[in-house]
Amino acid sequence: MRATKLLAGMAALALVASPGLAEKKKKEETVSPAAKAAREFNKNPYPSTYKPYPGEPTALVGATVFDGAGGRIDNGTVLFADGKVVAIGGADLAVPANYRRIGAAGKFVTPGIIDIHSHLGDYPTPSVQAHSDGNEATAPTTPDVWAEHSVWPQDPGFSRALANGGVTALQILPGSANLVGGRSVTLKNVYSRTIQGMKFPGAPYGLKMACGENPKRVYGGKGRMPSTRMGNLAVNRATWIKASEYRAKRNAGKLETRDLAMESMAGVLDGEILIQNHCYRADEMALVLDMAKEFGYKVTAFHHATEAYKIGDLLKAAGTCSAIWADWWGFKMESYDAIPENAGILQKAGACVVIHSDDENGIQRLNQEAAKAQGDARRAGIEVPDAEVIRWLTLNPATAMGINQQTGSLEQGKMADVVLWNGNPLSVYSRPDKVWVDGALLFDAADPKRRPVSDFELGQVGEGDVK
Amino acid sequence: MKPRQLLLSAAALLALSAPAMAEDVAITNATVVIGDGSAPIPGGTVVLRGGKVLAAGAGVAVPAGARTIDASGKWVTPGLVVAVTDIGLFDVEGVEESNDERADKGPFNAALDLSPAINPLAQHIAVSRAGGVTRAAVAPLRTGAIFGGQGAVIDLASDGQPITQARAFQYVELGEAGARSAGGSRAAVHAVLRNAFMEARELARRGGGQGADPRLQDAAPERPGDALLTRFDAAALVPVVTGRQPLYVRAERAADLRMALALKADFPALKMVLIGATEGWMVAKELAASGVPVLATPLNDLPANFEQLAATQSNVGRMAAAGVRVGLGAFGDQPRYAPQYAGNLVSLTKVPGASGLDWGRAFAAISSVPAAILGMGDKFGSLKPGLAGDVVIWDGDPLENTSGVVRVMIDGVEQSLVNHQTKLRDRYKVPTEGALPKAYEW
Repeated sequence: MRATKLLAGMAALALVASPGLAEKKKKEETVSPAAKAAREFNKNPYPSTYKPYPGEPTALVGATVFDGAGGRIDNGTVLFADGKVVAIGGADLAVPANYRRIGAAGKFVTPGIIDIHSHLGDYPTPSVQAHSDGNEATAPTTPDVWAEHSVWPQDPGFSRALANGGVTALQILPGSANLVGGRSVTLKNVYSRTIQGMKFPGAPYGLKMACGENPKRVYGGKGRMPSTRMGNLAVNRATWIKASEYRAKRNAGKLETRDLAMESMAGVLDGEILIQNHCYRADEMALVLDMAKEFGYKVTAFHHATEAYKIGDLLKAAGTCSAIWADWWGFKMESYDAIPENAGILQKAGACVVIHSDDENGIQRLNQEAAKAQGDARRAGIEVPDAEVIRWLTLNPATAMGINQQTGSLEQGKMADVVLWNGNPLSVYSRPDKVWVDGALLFDAADPKRRPVSDFELGQVGEGDVK
Repeated sequence: MKPRQLLLSAAALLALSAPAMAEDVAITNATVVIGDGSAPIPGGTVVLRGGKVLAAGAGVAVPAGARTIDASGKWVTPGLVVAVTDIGLFDVEGVEESNDERADKGPFNAALDLSPAINPLAQHIAVSRAGGVTRAAVAPLRTGAIFGGQGAVIDLASDGQPITQARAFQYVELGEAGARSAGGSRAAVHAVLRNAFMEARELARRGGGQGADPRLQDAAPERPGDALLTRFDAAALVPVVTGRQPLYVRAERAADLRMALALKADFPALKMVLIGATEGWMVAKELAASGVPVLATPLNDLPANFEQLAATQSNVGRMAAAGVRVGLGAFGDQPRYAPQYAGNLVSLTKVPGASGLDWGRAFAAISSVPAAILGMGDKFGSLKPGLAGDVVIWDGDPLENTSGVVRVMIDGVEQSLVNHQTKLRDRYKVPTEGALPKAYEW
């Protein structure tokens, strides 16, 4: 519901920022140009120009279908046409005559895989210093920066995520050096000349926040606040106080100048921008949940959340997802209590689980990561069916990114973002056979020409290789 | 309270260091993986005696008096051999105070001996053991000099005595990382390298660098006045230039791999192993002809930097097809992921145009092949008779994502699989507090 409202809001391009503006307009002649700009600005100045590529009506017949919403159909059929899912069903579902029929016996179909936490494009490969565009690590809060202004649409990583991982949508986040790192951008995994050409139409913005070691290390190291966890919270709270005051002023129609940072923060308080909060430790997540109550916003998802298993009840009550790795552990102090049963224990607690990558290699194997978490859960006595595990990679991330009305499950009318796997995607021995985005076939393991090659790789060794 | 705690932990230490008992064990009704590249054997038996493999396969008799473990529905394999890794050199990699991976602020490089720095009780060892890893080659993967020092081969048993072989190899960085630490360019790497080897050769000619630990030779000979290397570093390189100690060379770019092979022209005694070799497929024929083995980073497929533009997951499969002796290693994260990497190489055999490994060879690439490359193929790495009783029982196909480890034996001794993670799991299966705070549940 909330997501629909958000999307409707994003769709209207030039929005009036203040409800009090109508009254204000009466004495417009006294308003300065700066104040006018502050009160009436375009919330979507870099709009998506993504258009689905053409596809043919397609029927995948005889596959095991995981619908992304927890459903499973054996010997199933999936129909899509004009970029949308038309129907899914069993062997009795009729295939219309004009459909290209693909026999998929022994194969598996899932919705396109969705990564809620990626740095493709803002930390692209080659990982040279000149490409380091993910952390504006010059101030502890930078809500004014937008990841889409860093993303390089020629990152070779997008192609690997598509071909090896079946990833069709992803959220690119700023890094975690800052308490408030800036706005995220959600992309279709379809190469384009411009970042606007990759932007997922209608996706809400996220705002990246970060707890713990990174902000205090980065800024403590520069001899400035925050240098401690209590400093982290103090700077966060001061920023929210400022944002609340900004919003009150805005709502009263009294803004005099634009403030990019406060526009992002106020967007969160308005419920239009979703908080994506890097945070490892359970105690810190609990503090952040209280901070969210203090200032009246919602934490949509904690990212990494290696100790989420300790507070599944709190996360469930808050309606906050945990976007986690399957089993990363022990690489920094705040990851020392990570356990591979994190996903299983959260699932048992009824909390929302998302498997994320935060890694240009991991994004190629999100299906495998989820399967590892499933196996570890099983050994701890927690059975999670395959179809439910697939939800961790599809509908759950879509929901936490605010795009679940458009994609994330094989539901009639949704985008035909579809992966045909050559075996059970939870098996290490399976790989994507074909991947469609909005019904367009954009990867085909059997056709080397249906394998994207970014500008960077042209004319260099390995161009167009199987990768 | 405190003295009692101390006593308890002293008792725990004693238990850890007490000589472990290797009993006769027969593991029956299992799918048995020998680890030599052969296919899994259903309904097989593995017998251990005196800490070593007595027999493994189908139709193996169970000796009278042996403890029998019924492994119906399970798989039995040799313990995983991970070469090369950096476990044991830190408690938490990102916690500098606990990290002994690099020593770039000190005067020595080639002379560094990693074995005293390895902490057998580090949680990374315990967690890797619970993941089925029983042996590893610990290398200075993050060295700040072109010579990282001398790595060690270890076992991952909980007896607190990890060293299988100290100073097992010397580690050197060619390529981008080496270039930065040698002075700023690959040209500097090759000059620094050759100068170091010439100084070591000169020292050897004068009778230096002898003995089990050449650094500690008494009455070491005089050296020329213009020597750049410290005496310790020069002595440590004598076994390298004379071929007594293998040289592990990290290189990724095709051209760098060729330059590594060319070192043999100047220093014919070198016994090299190539580490990484992301672009190895481009020079696979030359690698195969040289006989130099490769411990490859298995799934690199991105141009992570300009020395890996040709990266592809098919690298290992293509090198193997060309006849290169290739094991997996140096995958830059945790050794317990080795089965997942090997499993992915199997998956590539079903992808049109890709190259991978069949199941038997994929498992061998994380067991007998790295053991052989370490020069220890006659000691561990497969379930051939006479080899160490390093055995792992899995609840399913060991390369499959959902499978896990049931039991681990090292030298025939059953190992504890309890660690920080399993204790947290048990404490938080029910996350809410009971009659007392969670801190009392242990």
